Amino acid sequence: MVTDCDAVVVGSGPGGSTAAHALTRAGWDVIVLEKGRNHLLALEPPFGPLGHMSNDELKFTRRHVLGPDPILEPRSFRRDGADGERIHVGDVNNLPSTVGGGGVHADGKLPRFREDDFALRSSLGPVEGADVVDWPIAYADLEPYYAEAERLVGVAGEETNPFAAWRSGPFPMPPGADMFGATLSAPAAERLGLHPYRAPTGANSVPYDGRPACVNCGFCGYYGCPVEAKGDPVALLRAALRTGRCRIVPESLVVGVTRTPDGRTATGVRYLDLSAGPAAGDPPVRELRSRVVVLAGGAFETPRLLLRDGLGNSSDQVGRNLMVHFQTLTVGAFPFRVFGASRGRSVTHVHDDHIVGDDAQRAAARAAGLPWIRGGLVEHGGAAGPVQEALIYGPGRHHPDAMRDSSLRERLWVFTMQGEDLARPENRIDLDPTLRDVWGGPAGRMTWSPHRHELAASAHVGPILEAVLFEAGVEWAVTSTSPPLGEDAAAHPMGLAPASRHIVGTARMGARAEHSVVDPECRLWDCPNVVVCDSSVFCTSTGYGPTLTLIALAARTAALLTGEPLSAADPGSGPR
Amino acid sequence: MDDTTTPPSAPHLDDAQRRTLVALFDALLPPAPAGDDPAPAGDDPAPAVPGAGTAGGDRYVEQLLGAFDHDPPRIWAGGPTSGRHGGIDGFGDFLELSGWEALAWRRRIEGWAEAYRTGLTQLGEDFASLDESGRLERIERLDPGFRDLAFEHACESLYGDPVYGGNRDGSAWAAIDFRGDTAPTGWTDDEVTNPHGPGGPTW
Repeated sequence: MVTDCDAVVVGSGPGGSTAAHALTRAGWDVIVLEKGRNHLLALEPPFGPLGHMSNDELKFTRRHVLGPDPILEPRSFRRDGADGERIHVGDVNNLPSTVGGGGVHADGKLPRFREDDFALRSSLGPVEGADVVDWPIAYADLEPYYAEAERLVGVAGEETNPFAAWRSGPFPMPPGADMFGATLSAPAAERLGLHPYRAPTGANSVPYDGRPACVNCGFCGYYGCPVEAKGDPVALLRAALRTGRCRIVPESLVVGVTRTPDGRTATGVRYLDLSAGPAAGDPPVRELRSRVVVLAGGAFETPRLLLRDGLGNSSDQVGRNLMVHFQTLTVGAFPFRVFGASRGRSVTHVHDDHIVGDDAQRAAARAAGLPWIRGGLVEHGGAAGPVQEALIYGPGRHHPDAMRDSSLRERLWVFTMQGEDLARPENRIDLDPTLRDVWGGPAGRMTWSPHRHELAASAHVGPILEAVLFEAGVEWAVTSTSPPLGEDAAAHPMGLAPASRHIVGTARMGARAEHSVVDPECRLWDCPNVVVCDSSVFCTSTGYGPTLTLIALAARTAALLTGEPLSAADPGSGPR
Repeated sequence: MDDTTTPPSAPHLDDAQRRTLVALFDALLPPAPAGDDPAPAGDDPAPAVPGAGTAGGDRYVEQLLGAFDHDPPRIWAGGPTSGRHGGIDGFGDFLELSGWEALAWRRRIEGWAEAYRTGLTQLGEDFASLDESGRLERIERLDPGFRDLAFEHACESLYGDPVYGGNRDGSAWAAIDFRGDTAPTGWTDDEVTNPHGPGGPTW
């Protein structure tokens, strides 16, 4: 077959950029198709920054500069079938749709998973009403790729977390500056028996890989970095481009994977060329032919593509087992400014204790009628910017004093627990029965509600986090969740859909084709020259952000494709 | 502060609508004099807070409704820096929109333009001359959708970057002691970790 390239990569976020980097380094010719615009880097040598990223709250948090625009690409949400076809249309867990994908707006917290996370069923056992499984790979299989991911992105951190998995080497950079609020909350957490540590962060603490150190501008989470201190994914994309074997084509919406008549072998992709614009009528349909197709659109868009294309779903598992971190948000205001919304990297400290658990957590599980509960990583961080704060207070005479007093911004400190969400087949991405995007394609629909495990874990941890905040010196503290719960949930400013952008699990990896979508090397069981390089393949959500793990998985998948897998390290070879 | 806002070629609000809009935004986000209690977030006496209308809310809405009077449209300010803290003065170089993005924004703005026409008419031409209670009474009777839209735009105009037309001369940021954009200078590690200095915060 005559091909246009060795591999077409669908999506340029952390997974797609990692695959592009690894494949081009091995000598493959790669074309990356990205449905969004390019604001990240020049696509011609020397591939410098475009200068579109900035400290601009309106552009990044109110005006969809990183996409997707919900007018063009609406999504729908419902909690379950009792809600009918949908209860919300618009923005549902919208990760950026732009060159660089979700890596562009993330504040770059890049923890590894722990050994137990890959063997949850074996280590803790089943939970009624959930589909708790082991991954078909172990931490040791992924460790060399974790190390490579940290080197490629540039992760700043330190080996002080007592619960961390073993590592074959140190972090590439030391941690950056502690946020002032964390200098209060972390010691308070320690005094209450917890184990906070400096968060592994993909933002340079020192000049690294030709990019400068972070300048602590305060516009980190939800913003693109104007100085390129954040490495994910610009470092990977630039490295791929510099090989001369990578081409990135923005504004290219893949709508199908072309296959041989038997459907077992992909021959390329079919995509809409959005660069033509609406004046030209319907977007031109174009095709690319390749030996391998890499799907890396994320855990929402990848199953949407597979479902609309009828690909990879012989197991009826595509889109199922969607997991979204159930967030517990405990906030409190100090009697003085903590500058959490204006200086630093959004989050500089975290703790893992509620993942590991203790006797009290086990007792809380028993009280809830569950065999076990696991919380998630707790981020010690700041609040949002002044526009977001202004919106919270509501109109009226109180507003100016509230803004100057700033109990919800400059005096606020926030604990966000990224709570582990157990897989359930009924939580899923599917195609909305009637809603369409502006190009006529079926919109994706999220159906999701929490298992009582998530509720029990949140109920247990919330009071602990409030106690830590009071120990640190706040005047008040309050806990809520995302998605909100209770009778007033519909009026919650964050809406009924979960706000976490950590979504995983919709094209599950497994050892048996009848229970999964991809095999342990992330190849579609039904079409093995299609691989998935995003968080769709996750078997459990864990309580950690997914990005470093999906990068490591993408690097492993690419290495297996090219026949150049990394050697496993010895658990005793490096710092723990 | 940068102020790249120039009068649009075809104003989308007439003088009466502008007066009503300024009064509406000032009612939604009213001004406050210097030194009001409670204590401000900063250590210094609290500067006056401008009303959202007086600080340029009408210019913000005018620029938004007239975004496509300019090329590129004034939707997304440029970057990477404003020049206020070093670097180039790039915010005024608005970014290009793709054809599809422009389609979405034209639709969005058309809806807003209609909402402002209807909502400002509903408030009445005498709205700006009413006292506070009279204004609040009219606002209470507004369509909730327009009231919410106006509040969102009032917040965006007052506390967003001045390049979008509001927050005149950064006066609202000054009132809340917010530096705004800081790149490429940012903050030193010591300013991040020890912002109150060696003595720590005053409890």
